[in-house]
Amino acid sequence: MDEQLRQRIEGILGTHKIVLFMKGTKSFPQCGFSATVVEVLKRVNADFHTVNILQDAELRQGMKDYASWPTFPQLYVDGRFVGGCDIVRDMFEGGELQPIVDKALGRA
Amino acid sequence: MVEPETVEQRIRSAMPDVEVVRIEDLTGTKDHYQAVVVSPSFEGMTRVEQHQAVYRALGELMAGPVHALALQTYTPEAWKKKNG
Repeated sequence: MDEQLRQRIEGILGTHKIVLFMKGTKSFPQCGFSATVVEVLKRVNADFHTVNILQDAELRQGMKDYASWPTFPQLYVDGRFVGGCDIVRDMFEGGELQPIVDKALGRA
Repeated sequence: MVEPETVEQRIRSAMPDVEVVRIEDLTGTKDHYQAVVVSPSFEGMTRVEQHQAVYRALGELMAGPVHALALQTYTPEAWKKKNG
């Protein structure tokens, strides 16, 4: 991966504790899977930053390479890739997501 | 578009120890699939790592022909427990 792009991605992950790379925005998700993760993050009271990859072709490809993950949404907490829609939803239902979010936001 | 048999074959050839592969065409359009993959190699991996292994097996299929893949991965033990 291009070094400049890697630095750009790590800059975003370093600036925000919780980042969701998604299709659309927090208020207007443009895909059901992205909408689901936004909803889950609201349910755990997460303060999160979103990046609309539909408006950024460089990041749309870059995040696929960075995470070795071919689809969106992609959720990152504390700079680490947590998963896509299926995994995030399962973690929420299993009670695993809340502690990770709380820890990242210093609420633990 | 890609045939479900192709998806299964790609997974089996990249991950020879896979025990169960179930591919379901969710929309009848051969581009939205659901896959269940059971493999002992998933032992000790996180869910993310398990899914990454399947995505790696599918390679460029994920970059166009397959638009969506709902993925469920299990170790043989977890699979047995799930199916009681």
